Parts: sequence; structure tokens; C-alpha cells
Amino acid sequence: MNRRLTHLQVLESEAIHVMREVAAELSRPVLLFSGGKDSVVLLRIAEKAFRPGRFPFGLMHVDTGHNFPEVIAFRDRRVAELDERLIVASVQESIDTGRVKEESGPRASRNRLQTRTLLDAIERHGFDAAFGGARRDEERARAKERIFSFRDDFGGWDPKNQRPELWNVYNGRIHRGESVRVFPLSNWTELDVWEYIAEEGLEVPAMYFAHERDVFSRDGMLYAVSEHVELIDGETSFRASVRYRTVGDMSCTGAVESTARDLASVVAEIAATRVTERGETRADDRVSEAAMEDRKVAGYF
Amino acid sequence: MATAGSVDDGKSTLIGRLLLDSKAVLSDQLEHVEQASRRRGTGMVDLSLLVDGLRAEREQGITIDVAYRYFATSRRTFIIADTPGHVQYTRNMVTGASTADLAVILVDARKGVLEQSKRHAYIATLLGIPHLVLAVNKMDLVGFDEEVFDAIVCEFSDFARGLSVKDVAYVPVSAKHGDNVVARSESMPWYGGVALLEQLESVQVADDRNLSDARFPVQWVIRDHEGDYRGYAGQVASGVLRPGDEVLVLPSRALTRIDRIETFDGPVEQAFAPMSVTLVLAEDVDVSRGDIICHPDDAPELSREVEATVCWMTSEPLRAGGRYALKHATHAARAIVQEVVDRVDVHTLARDPHADELALNDIGRVRLRTSKPLAFDPYARNRATGAFILIDEASNDTVGAGMIL
Repeated sequence: MNRRLTHLQVLESEAIHVMREVAAELSRPVLLFSGGKDSVVLLRIAEKAFRPGRFPFGLMHVDTGHNFPEVIAFRDRRVAELDERLIVASVQESIDTGRVKEESGPRASRNRLQTRTLLDAIERHGFDAAFGGARRDEERARAKERIFSFRDDFGGWDPKNQRPELWNVYNGRIHRGESVRVFPLSNWTELDVWEYIAEEGLEVPAMYFAHERDVFSRDGMLYAVSEHVELIDGETSFRASVRYRTVGDMSCTGAVESTARDLASVVAEIAATRVTERGETRADDRVSEAAMEDRKVAGYF
Repeated sequence: MATAGSVDDGKSTLIGRLLLDSKAVLSDQLEHVEQASRRRGTGMVDLSLLVDGLRAEREQGITIDVAYRYFATSRRTFIIADTPGHVQYTRNMVTGASTADLAVILVDARKGVLEQSKRHAYIATLLGIPHLVLAVNKMDLVGFDEEVFDAIVCEFSDFARGLSVKDVAYVPVSAKHGDNVVARSESMPWYGGVALLEQLESVQVADDRNLSDARFPVQWVIRDHEGDYRGYAGQVASGVLRPGDEVLVLPSRALTRIDRIETFDGPVEQAFAPMSVTLVLAEDVDVSRGDIICHPDDAPELSREVEATVCWMTSEPLRAGGRYALKHATHAARAIVQEVVDRVDVHTLARDPHADELALNDIGRVRLRTSKPLAFDPYARNRATGAFILIDEASNDTVGAGMIL
């Protein structure tokens, strides 16, 4: 009998194992669900790990208020289909209550403000573990992070002093106030995620596929025209066939020109790409050489 | 695969070269490394910046923690764990090596086999990595001299005789210039073997799995809304389980039968490592997280006394009388150190039977007594049921990696 698993089956089994370990060892986990492709995969992994039971954790979205409306609609539909519970932590509310200060100017972004909202929500709900869909192939600081990423009672990551992580024997022991961020998809690549979405027939927001949109060009990226982004002098909008490789804030997430209108053409496009997804579409990583590490040290996803 | 070796042997550069020459570096990553190299005033593009992603690593030009990189050739998909060479970061090397099927040990051709290269080779084999590749790097700096390579091969194979490793290969390379990394080098016509990448692509790893001893550590009990469904979820650690199999639950020693094996995608006719599945048992026996399900005629040992080789990873030494939390597969217990049996001198592999403690980065044999019985196998036979970690109960840090003898 054939006893070989495919590369995707091995990754899937590892992710299921990680989720069950967290459910068993921590008392109040939460799954961060943004509606993006990686968190769509996370939800499928959770179904595989816990059905026919209920998820032993709730879902949470840190909503910047500048998300793409179609992603928010997709998020709510998916949660309803699963019959699970969603908490929305709102950056707008953090601004309104004075917890954070809105950046100003045409390049303003709520990306950094999310960290405060996330940490406040973790504290308010008493979460001791948060699942994220981050992958090590995305970015050089993420490439260094453990699957169980320990956070101190300020939510901070200490990259120079991470816990050893041996085999698949995870140490989920923490003190009160501390937490772990858990990344079950650590070992997946962008291509793995798309191949899995295709194999499982998962629905993702339509903006991952090529569509016509009004965009403008800034710093070599194409941004959607929206009420959340001001045009700077000289920038003009035009209509183009684009798709998104990542889904974040409208203010820091760029689109790529593409004609890939279905899963097969997206998989083919990703397999042939010569640019990383975050390099091509995320302004938030370009702030400095260590932009992601610095945000993680402060408590970011 | 994991890289290993001493500081400045060029591990990160080798990985950078491997990724670059196999076209696994994307244009924005390369552009970033070129810019960063210029800022640092290095004349050539510094390929180690492809993996040394932390601010402190870039400042100091060293690797502090494991970086994981992913690449695929037409023949195989790779996960590379690039591990640090400094002795003080040995625990991070152990982290990277613990999940590897193959280790590439680097040696600087000018320096020969240093103590740290031996330590890493020893740790790699201790962790049960069955395949080693010794990459003799910086061959360009010794004039691509065959005699230098031969002398290092000779020295390392002498050392490797004392290790339990089934497969060692030797490749002379220059990571900086790319000789024998992805393509055969013209500078070393005397070398009759294959380039490093081809070596990595051709190693047989599928046969390393244990498919004979069925071991299923129970992770989680699944119940449905009504409460009339009960399934035991977990990842098969080794062996094969099938519906209808007689099974033994440890430590309770309850006997029952597998009624069916389920997944979200439907029932399966067999479950083998590393599948994550749910077992539904024929009878209502007491099973909980941490239990191990196996076949009655091939059970692991069940005992509160274990002897293990331990890699110690914290500055407070391990001594007799020390108490720790222990995690073995999915099972949590407490452990007390009965005795430090010996300590290994990683340079000579000699054992010091008079040692009474293991300090940071020491490796030695230890006898432990646990608060609850463990169902275990020798690590050499079964990585999943022979491994445990020790956790400091005050700080909650992982302080020891244990491999049961």
C-alpha cells in the first residue's frame, strides 16, 4: 500500500497538530481571522482539527476601519457559514478613546495602530494564545520566528532570546499576563497556500482574482482609489486589470497588474513570479530594513 | 535540512549561494541584499544577508537564531534551517537540527575540523539525523588544493567512526564563488563527486520513517454538540493503524479495538506517520490526552524511570535532585534528576563518569524519575516517542532536550 504523503498533506498534518496542542495546553486561545487567504486556510485547518466538535476558541479580527469592504463582507459570511463566534477589535475605537493617535497626511496608515488595538483586545478578553496565518517565507524576521512565539506581558517578542523549540514537542507554559502567538502555517510558502486553496476548493475574497479597478501609482505600487487614501500632487488615477496578492489596509496594500481570473491562473502566476508578495504589495515593510522585526518587538502579529 | 558548523565557516553564505544559484532568490530580495551590502561597504554582495534577518545579526555579522528558508528544484522541495555557529547559541542550533532529515556540516578549509564542527556533527547524529554532508568551504582560499581536502576528509572520517551515522558525504566548495554548490566546479577537476545540490536532491529520506511500531499519542478528545460522539485526535507518531486493529491504551493498559479512523475528509483505511487523524474506539474505555495507543504485541516500555542523553540549554546547571516539568509526546509530567551518569567530551567523544552536573551546552547521560509512568521507546528506534523536553517550573523556559536510551 502507498504510504507516501504529498508535500501539502505533510504541511496540513503539522498545522493540525499545532492547533490541537494549543487547544490542549492553553486556556484561552483565539484565532485571528482577517478574511485574507492565509487565515482562510487557518480556518480550514481548524475544521480539520476539531470537527465534528466546535472550535475550542473564538475568532477575532483587528479591523482598522480601512479594510476593503468586500473583504469584511466575505469575513462575516464565512464566520456565519462556520457557525462560530467573531470578535471585532476596532482600531477606530482605539482612536476614539484616545488609546492611539491617527497618523496624518497622504501617507498616513493605520498599520502600526493595530498593535495597540490587538494588545488591548488580548488583555480585555484574557487571551493567552493567538493563532496567526503568518508564514516564514514572507519576510526575513518571520523566517526567524518559532511556531510557538512567546510574548512577554507587554506583548513583545524578544528575537535574541527565543525559547528552544525541539521536534514537534511545543512548550505552551506561560505565566499570567504572558501569551503565545502561534503560527501553524510557518512552513508553508505562498505557492503552498494557493495550491491548498485550489485543492480544497476554498473560497477567498474576489479581489485575489483579476478585476477592473480605479488605481493610482505610488512608489512603484498600484493603490486602489478610496476615501482612505489622499492623492499627492501629480498622482492620477486610471483603470487597470489588477489583483491583490495580500489583503491588508487599503492605505498600505498594493495591487499587481494581472489577468489571472481563476485559481489555476493565480497558481501559475505565483509559480512564475520573481518578486515576493510583501515586497510587491506591502508598503508597511518598506519603512526600514528591520520594519517587521521592530513591529513584532512592539507586539505586532 | 539543517546547516551546522563553527562561526565564520560560511553557513549563511552557503545557503545564500544555494538559493541564488538555484534561482530561489526573488528580485526584491536580491535588490535588498545588494543595497544592504553597499551600505555596509562590503565589496561583493554579502549573500549571508539573505538569511541573517535580525537587526542584531546584521549589526554583528553573525547568525543568532535559526532562519528557515524554502526552495524547490524540479526533483525535491526543501526546508532549510540555517543554524548559528556560536557556542552560546547551541540551543538554537539544536532547535533547527531537531526536525531535520539531513545536516550539512561546514568546515573552513584553512582551519580544519574545529571543536564546534565536531560538537555540531555529534549533536546532529545524537538527534538521529541519518545523513551528514561535510562541506569543506573556502576552497578558493587554499588554492583549491586536493591535499587540504583529503586531510580534512581523513580527520573527519576518523572522528565520525565514533558517531552513529549511517551516511556521510564529502564535498569541497567555495560558497562565496559558487564552486560545487549548484554546479560542478572547473577549479577542482580532481573532485570526482557531485555538487552539493545534487547530493541534497539524491539522498533517500523516505525510508528513515518508522513504519513498524504503531504509536498514537492522544492529543485531544473530540466530542460533538450532542455529546454522543467521542473521537481521539492525534498525529500518528510511527507505524500503521487500521480499522479493526486490537489496540492497547497506555498507561491504563485498557484493551479495545479501533472501530474506525476518521478525518474531516472522511474515513480512511489506514493511518501512518505523520498523518493527523481521529480514532473512534469500539468500546468505551478511559482514554485521555497524553495516553499512547499501540498494538498489544508491540508496546513501548512503561516506566517511571528513564535514562536519557540530555542536551542542556540553560546557564543554571542540571544536577541530581533538580526538579523539572517534562513533556513527552503529548504527555506532561514532572521529573526529578536521580543521577548525572556521565558527560561527553565533544572533542574526543570520551565520557567522563565522574561528572556531577551538566552546564550550559553540555551533553551527558542522566537518570530521571517521573511523577507518572511514561510510555516510551529508545530514541534511536523512535524519534517521536523517545524524545522529551525539560521545562524550568519557575521561568517556564525549555531548558533540556532529552533522548531516551
